[in-house]
Parts: sequence; C-alpha cells; structure tokens
Amino acid sequence: MTDTDQERDRNKETAFYKFTQQTLPACKPVLTPAWVITIFLFTGCIFIPVGLVTLRASRSVVEIVDRYDAECVPESFRIDKVSYVQDDSIPKNCSRFLKVHKYMKAPIYIYYQLDNYYQNHRRYVKSRSDQQLLHGRKYHGTSSCQPVEFNNDHAIVPCGLVAWSLFNDTFKFIRERAELKVNRKNIAWKSDRDHKFGKKVYPYNFQNGTLIGGGKLNPRIPLSDQEDLIVWMRISALPSFRKLYGRIEEDLDVDDVVVVHLMNNYNTYSFSGKKKLVLSTSSWLGGKNDFLGLAYVFVGSSSLILALVFMLLHLRYRRPYGDTIYLPWNRKSLSV
Amino acid sequence: MEIDGKRLSLGPSNIILRGCELKNTAWAVGVAVYAGRETKVMLNSSGAPSKRSRLETHMNLEIIILSLFLIALCTVVSVCAAVWLRRHRDELDFLPFYRRKDFSDGEEDDYNYYGWGMEIFFTFLMSVIVFQIMIPISLYISMELVRVGQAYFMIRDTQMYDESSNSRFQCRALNINEDLGQIKYVFSDKTGTLTENKMEFQCASIWGVDYNGGKASSVDGYYVQVDGKVLRPKMKVKTDPELLQFARSGKETKEGSHVYDFFLALAACNTIVPLIIDTSDPTVKLIDYQGESPDEQALVYAAAAYGFMLIERTSGHIVIDIQGERQRFNVLGLHEFDSDRKRMSVILGFPDKSVKLFVKGADTSMFSVIERSLNVNIIRTTEAHLHSYSSSGLRTLVVGMRELSTSEFEVWHSAFETASTALMGRASLLRKVASNIENNLCVLGASGIEDKLQKGVPEAIESLRTAGIKVWVLTGDKQETAISIGYSSKLLTSKMTQFIINSNSKESCRKSLEDAIIMSKKLMTISDTANNAGGTSGAGLTPVALIIDGTSLVYILDSELEETLFQLACNCSVVLCCRVAPLQKAGIVALVKNRTSDMTLAIGDGGANDVSMIQMADVGVGISGQEGRQAVMASDFAMGQFRFLVSLLLVHGHWNYQRMGYMILYNFYRNAVFVLLLFWYVLFTCFTLTTAITEWSSVLYSVIYTSVPTIVVGILDKDLSRRTLLKDPQLYGAGHRQECYNKRLFWITMIDTFWQSAVVFFIPLLAYWGSTIDGSSIGDLWTIAVVILVNLHLAMDVIRWNWITHAAIWGSIIATCICVIIIDALPSLVGYWGHL
Repeated sequence: MTDTDQERDRNKETAFYKFTQQTLPACKPVLTPAWVITIFLFTGCIFIPVGLVTLRASRSVVEIVDRYDAECVPESFRIDKVSYVQDDSIPKNCSRFLKVHKYMKAPIYIYYQLDNYYQNHRRYVKSRSDQQLLHGRKYHGTSSCQPVEFNNDHAIVPCGLVAWSLFNDTFKFIRERAELKVNRKNIAWKSDRDHKFGKKVYPYNFQNGTLIGGGKLNPRIPLSDQEDLIVWMRISALPSFRKLYGRIEEDLDVDDVVVVHLMNNYNTYSFSGKKKLVLSTSSWLGGKNDFLGLAYVFVGSSSLILALVFMLLHLRYRRPYGDTIYLPWNRKSLSV
Repeated sequence: MEIDGKRLSLGPSNIILRGCELKNTAWAVGVAVYAGRETKVMLNSSGAPSKRSRLETHMNLEIIILSLFLIALCTVVSVCAAVWLRRHRDELDFLPFYRRKDFSDGEEDDYNYYGWGMEIFFTFLMSVIVFQIMIPISLYISMELVRVGQAYFMIRDTQMYDESSNSRFQCRALNINEDLGQIKYVFSDKTGTLTENKMEFQCASIWGVDYNGGKASSVDGYYVQVDGKVLRPKMKVKTDPELLQFARSGKETKEGSHVYDFFLALAACNTIVPLIIDTSDPTVKLIDYQGESPDEQALVYAAAAYGFMLIERTSGHIVIDIQGERQRFNVLGLHEFDSDRKRMSVILGFPDKSVKLFVKGADTSMFSVIERSLNVNIIRTTEAHLHSYSSSGLRTLVVGMRELSTSEFEVWHSAFETASTALMGRASLLRKVASNIENNLCVLGASGIEDKLQKGVPEAIESLRTAGIKVWVLTGDKQETAISIGYSSKLLTSKMTQFIINSNSKESCRKSLEDAIIMSKKLMTISDTANNAGGTSGAGLTPVALIIDGTSLVYILDSELEETLFQLACNCSVVLCCRVAPLQKAGIVALVKNRTSDMTLAIGDGGANDVSMIQMADVGVGISGQEGRQAVMASDFAMGQFRFLVSLLLVHGHWNYQRMGYMILYNFYRNAVFVLLLFWYVLFTCFTLTTAITEWSSVLYSVIYTSVPTIVVGILDKDLSRRTLLKDPQLYGAGHRQECYNKRLFWITMIDTFWQSAVVFFIPLLAYWGSTIDGSSIGDLWTIAVVILVNLHLAMDVIRWNWITHAAIWGSIIATCICVIIIDALPSLVGYWGHL
C-alpha cells in the first residue's frame, strides 16, 4: 500500500468518524438582519424589472376578441337558439366585422374560445381511446369510449365523447374583398400528429348516429392529418379555453376592417356556453396576459417595502449578533 | 433428595437461572424446574409494556383532525357537485361533456348515471380516493427510518462510549427516541448507577478504636508464598499502617487479639468463593474473590490485605492464610443474609475445638442483638464511629461474635438440621434458628466501605437540574448514607431546606407531610415575593429537598396520602427516598406518572431490583455495569455510565425531539399542500375529481419526490450544536414546553398550507388563463411547482447544511423532473397520451 492510499484510507476514516459523530462540515446560514434586508432588496431589484419586461411583452400583443354566439343567431330564432342550431335546413352563415385598432404583425393567430365548456369533466376526459386513435379499427378495447363506442353495431372511429363533440364552426377572413390567406397546417403538436394519431387510421362510421355532437371528418384523410381533431382532442385544462384554428400570414394595418364569414354550426346554446373568435399576435412570452408581469411587480415592490421596513427597524432597535440577554435564564441574572 | 445416603433439601438458593455459569465444580446433579411456559422469560414476555412515544400519541390526535379535514374537503366537493347537477339537471342529457343518454343501441337509456343521490355519493367516494394522501401513511414509515438513523447516531456516539467496560450505548427500544427530549423526572437508583458499585474498604472501628487510613495509608500488595509460588489478591487495598502492625502482631496483645477476631470474621463470615487464576508470570498467582455482594468482596479483599487471606472455601470448611500460616476452619453452619434479619452469621469450628459464631450485618439489626451490658463504652464509641462513617458517605457494617458452649452448639445443631431439611416453611424455620443463636453478641467493630461515585456524576446531576429535570434518587441505603451521597453528588446543597420524613405510623406520616407542605408553601411565597421584587417570576425557588424513607412510604403509597406526598414532592427540587424496596421504587414512579403528564425516566443498574421501576417509567435506562443484565434486558436504552445521561437527554434527546417534531409537521404540510392543490383544481372541473397531475405523480409524490429530504433532515439536522446544548442545559426546556410540536404549530402549519397551496395553484392558473394550455401540461407544471415549493420550504427550515442535505434536497427536485419526463415519455404510462 502506498502512502497516498494510506492517506486516503485515513481521510475516509475521519470522514466516517465525523459522520457518526454528526460533525460533518456544515454550512449554517443565519438570517441576520443584514442578510434579510439584502435578500429582500435583491428580490425587489430583480423582480420589478422582470415584471416590467413581462408586462411590456404582454402589452405589445395585439388581440381582437369577438363574441359571436349570440349575434350570429337571426333575430327570429333568438327565443329558441337550440332548435336553430340543431336544424340543418337553416343556413348557419354569419358575417362579423372586426376593426383592427393597432398594427398586427404576421403571423396572426386565429383562436376560437369557448367559455363554460368543461372539457376537463371526468366523464368527458375518460371517453376516448388512445389506442384506437393510433391503431384504428383493429383495436377493440374501446369500452372507455362509451356512450359513443358503436353505432348500428359498427365501431366508430374516432370513438368517444371528445371526438364526437368536435368543434365545427368555420371562419373565412376577407379584407378589402380579398380573402386573407389562412394557414391551417401545423396547428397541432407535432408529437401528437406523429405518434398519437395513426397515419393509416381513417374515420369510419363517425357522426352517423341520431345525435350529432359536432363536426364531421373527411373519411379519406388519415387521423394524423386531421389537425382540427388533434387540436380538439388535446384536452384543455380549464373550463374557459382557446384552441388554435389557424394563422393569418399577412400583416394587418391599423383601421383595416376584416370581414369574417363564419358558419355558426357548433351548439353551445344548450348549456349557455360562449363562443368567441380571437385574433392575436404573439410576443416572446406568448399571448396577452398581464397577470405574470403584475405579479412580478407586486412581489418585487412588496420586497422592497419590506426591506425598507426592516432596515428602519434594524436601525431603530439594533442588537448585537448572538445577543443572548433575552434568554429567560439570562434575564433573571440581569434583574438581580 | 438423597446423595450418598445424605438427605439434602433443595430451595430457592439451589436454583440456577438461565444464563448462569457453573464454576468451581466438576459435576452437578440437576433437576429442571419451571420449564416451558413457566420460565421467567415466558412469564415476563407478556408483561412487557409496549411503549409509544408522547409525540406519536399527540400526532395520532392530529391525524384524526386531518381525517376530519379530509372528510370536510370531500363534503365540500360533493355538495358543490350536488348543486351543479341539480342546476343543470335538464341539460345533462345533451351536454357534450356529460351526455347522460346513450343512443348507440337505438333506444335511449342512461349511461353511467345512477341518479342524483348516487352520483353525489360516488363523487364523495371518489374524492376520498383522490384526497386520501392527506393522511400521511408514509409518515409512519419515515418516522421509523428516522428513528433507526437517530438510534444509529446514538449508538455510535463516542461521548457515550464507556471505555472501562468497552460498552457502547444500546438502543433497545426503537419507538421512543423523541421522548428523551421531554423528560421531566429522572428516577435514579444509587448503587451501581450514581456510584460505581466498586466497593472499597476505607476504615474500620475495632474495639472502639477508629482505624482510619487517612493520609498515612499506603497501597502495598500483601502476598503469601506457597511452595515457591506467590499468591496475591487481585485487588489492592489501601491499608492503615497502625492497624497493619496490630494485625501482624498476632493474638498476643489485647488489641492484637481483637484485630485478629475482627479480620477473621471479615474473612470467614461471607459467601465469597476464591478463585485462583494464573498470570503470565508462572510464579505469581492471583486470587480473585467472587461473590454476590460487592460489599463482601471489598471486605474479603481488605482482610486479605491485612494478612487474613481466604484461600479456599467448600461447603464444609474454609482455609484462611493468617499471616503466612495456613489454618483450616470447619464451617459448622451458615445463616445466609436475608432482608428481614439484615445480617448473616457463620459458625466456625476452630482447630482447637472451640466454636465461635461470627455475625455481620447492618447496624440497626446488629445493635438489637448485642449484649448491651458488656463493654458499654465500646458500644457507644462504635456507634459514634458508625455515625461519622455514614455521614461521610460510607456504607457501614457491624461485626460481632460469640463463643458457643458445647451444649449451646448441640441445641443449635439439631434445630438447624431439622430446619434445613424441612420441606414446608424452610426459610422461616431457618430464620428462626438463626435469630435464636444470633444474640448476646459481643461487638467486635465496624467497617466503613466507600461506594465510589461514578465519574462525572455531580456535574451530570448539576446539568440535569439546570435543564429543569427533577432528579429523584431511590436507594436501598440508609438515610445518612443516602444524604451523604446526595451531598457528594451535588444533589443536595447546603442552601437547601431539608424535610425529612421517617415515621412509623400513618398518622405521624400524615402530620409530617402536612407540616412539610405548609413549610414549603411558605418558602415558596417568600421566594416568589423575592422574585417579583426582582421583576421576574418562576425558576428561582428556594430549593427544597425531601428525604423520605421506606417505612414511611409503606404507609403513604396506596393510600390517600399519596396525593399529599405528590403535592409536596412537586414543590421540592430534590427527592431522596432511602430504604426503599424494589416494588416501592416502581410505586413512586407510578405515583408521578399517573398524576402528571410529564415524562418520567428511570435509570438503574443491572440488578433485578430496578427492573420494575425501569418498566414502569416512560423511558427506562439501564446501566450495563456489573450487577448482571436483568435491568438492561428490561430497559429501553442501556449505557455504561450515569454521566452519559446528560449527553443522551440534553443532546440526543433534544435533537431527536426537535427533528421528529419538525418532521411530523412537515409531513402534514407536505401532504396537505398536495391535496389542496388537487382540491383547487377540482373546483374548475365541475367537481368531478379530474386530476391534472397524473396518477403516477400522485403516487410518487410521497415516495420519491419529497420523501428523502425529510428523512435526511429528520436524521441529520441539528438546531443547536452539542457544545451549546451542554453549555446551556436550560435549552432542554424546549422539550418540556413542547416547543417543537404542539396544537398551535399544527394549526399555523395548516393555515400556511392553505396559503402556499393557493399560491402554487393560482399563479400558474392565472398566468395561463384564457390560453391554449392543455390539462397535462399544466398538470406537469403544478407537479414540479409543488415539489419545488415543498423542498424549498424544507430547505429554508434546514439549519445546518452538509453535503448530504444538499444532495437530498436538490437531488429530489432533479429526480422529480426526471420522473415527470419519464412518465410523459413512456407510451405505457398514461402521461404519454397527454390527457387527464
């Protein structure tokens, strides 16, 4: 055994001894007033700028939100909107005029927004079959899809409530008589398209039942290319949600008027859900949401205020570090 | 039983218990008694009480509160679900995300819907399943692991390692570690616990002359030469030169003959068996005296040092080497020591055919059988010497003798024969025979044996007292000895007011108790006013000591006086109980344990007399010393020295308590934060118990994501260093005041939990409000957020960071991220499919 080996052994031994005696080298951070004040100051100095930058990013996003579910029902049907939307014989087309109040740089994202729509409802969430979406009709274990599993004793592809209730309003955007080019490709997650929806799985027996829940699918296009379905089937987290419809790949100028020709097919009237159309640009931080910026600024400024308060308290009631005079057993001797 | 035609009777003294070793015999005839279910082990095994730590008892109560909380959460969810279902009852058939009706078979029927009431009921059950993590089952496992870790550190602590006996600290109970941090009463045995149980012969009073080794003492090993071989006693004893000279001078002078008789009595009147052992030097042999009582050992060693060396003992004779000259004495009879007579005697037949009775015993019992008319002066001076011995902390024995006439001996002999072969009531018969012969003795002298205090005992008691622990000493010794040990161990100080209760009737007991209470109250008020004048209260009482003896306790325990005694004892900072029987020790422990909620600790040495006390107390500590191992077997913890108690309680007890208390609260917090996170989300899913966090993460949360740091911190974190804790024993008061775990802390933690879970839920929620975020993405975000939150919370509470803590906390966060990635990346796991 060489010297270094012995030394290493000895080191190991002392390290183990320290471990068993609970005297391992340890760092013992003590929150002295100086540290606390510094930490709060530091937090404040970091959070406020971050918040401001975030807020600026959020404010730079231009967003046009248009609720159309109520106004796209003709006056005469407003009393019974449900029967209007369920009646196939009545044309559902509707025009909306959106005025651009601020320059919007391409790509402009088109979302539809549904409110009061519980996509995260337990019954709804469970009613799908991932294996069927991937493998098609040859997969038979689709009992989870009930009550939309079979129709006329034939399997439904894609089965389940989620697919059945596919959103089917459509939008066309026209500016100064020219149709705006809307890119509807690549709106779903790439991983979903590639791995979770079969490339050779075609819709079958879909939406053939007595109760039509929503959109129909072209039986000649494989599920992996049915991007509207893929987007729809990624369950949203909250009862008020947006889903991507497409992108307008042209800039919109201030005071442009965009005419939206839409087909108001989707029935949210039966449960008083709202439908909105959203046009939004994006920043590096995503869409328009002031919350994060405000939260940062709020936390940052609170820390600054606390730092100031602590600093004043510290200056007013200064005590030496490690002062034990107020310990009960020291207090007694103090008074004697 | 008959052997070689001789009738022998078997009695309790013939029983060899399990674990005993037979020595000094070539053969033995055995009869098995008490086998199978009747063995001591079996009989004791059922009686061993199962102990549960105080903290755990409190914790179980809080877990019930958590269960109620869980039920409340589930009720809230069910009520909300009920209201929602009722308000939307007309829409349920067609609601795209509910679709009550199933049309697939052509006819309409309800799909998975069992009516309003049942739906609510199912919601309730489902919420119980989802929220059950609220009850921290993993906490019990974590606690066990932490206790194992704490026990490991206690065992490995070099400060509690006894070098002299080469024994480590032993943790025999694993579930009361944290109780060590809340001990309020320590009940200590004296002999072998406070003292070393190594008796040392110090001085003797022979025929009214005090031979007190003092300064002039010299330690020189006495030895004899036999056949060119040197025999010497194993232990050397300090000798008094003057006495040594008298002993050597033989029987010629008057003093010499008394000294001769005295040491002959010491060498003969005992049950010691000499063992001759070889040493590395072939010409030197050591004599090792083995026996039941360390006092006897000390006396025989002392006799050997003065030239009266016991060489051989058989049942019929003994051989004593007296100043180099071997003499053989016939042992005609032996009355063993018993606790009623408190003395033993031996009848020796001298080579010159004379028969003498030697008696040795406690002073009280001896003076009653001494012929008072003879040598009044000597008796008086011996008594005075005894008093001075015992007040300097020595254990005293009085030695007496009587010459027996032939007729007297014959009478005794026949009585002894019949008594010792009697089959019924042999013990009492023997006792009667013994007391018939043990009378009219002439006092030879008295011996003083020092029972040496263990190292560090006064300091340890001082520390424990400063820490607010009340130390009660329960001893079988007599009052003077107990008090003197009390002084030398700093248990008693000269500033203390002493109440001494030794009464012989219930009435006088009551009277002295009541007097003492009035007195102590008076003292208390005086000291209180003194304190109030000084601006503080509490703590600074005039110390009061209560000294009570076993006879009084007989009248007090198990009677209505118990309550009075307890009140008095509460006012006293020190309680000394002397002359107590083993069961009375347990009785005193029970007295305190049943009347207060304070934790009690009993510490005793190996003897069986402490077992009942050790089992009765909340925590039993055994000193793994000399007197066998029964107490150690009965104890929860065992250690080598009394002074380790300071390390055990003030350092390890404090740490264990603080760590365990924190860990329990943290575990409550950790699980509740997670449950509340799930709960908040339920409010956004129509109250249908959809969880954004995958089931795998829910399961792994308390297994992988957050479990290791709490265990590591529970084992390793130290709020205060050993040095500080030992320097300021008052810090132990944290345990008495239940500072680390109490109702208030529990509720604060719960409120904190509400706040933190709300923050960790609503910040991501609001940040992604009205966006395209999907359930599984925000679920993963919440998973990681909550894990970072609880680990950071723990990190902020860690006081000492060593590399293990760092690895555990940061490692957990990294492990969580890896786990989430794996869950989302493996197609066989649900997270992969990206829905809820």
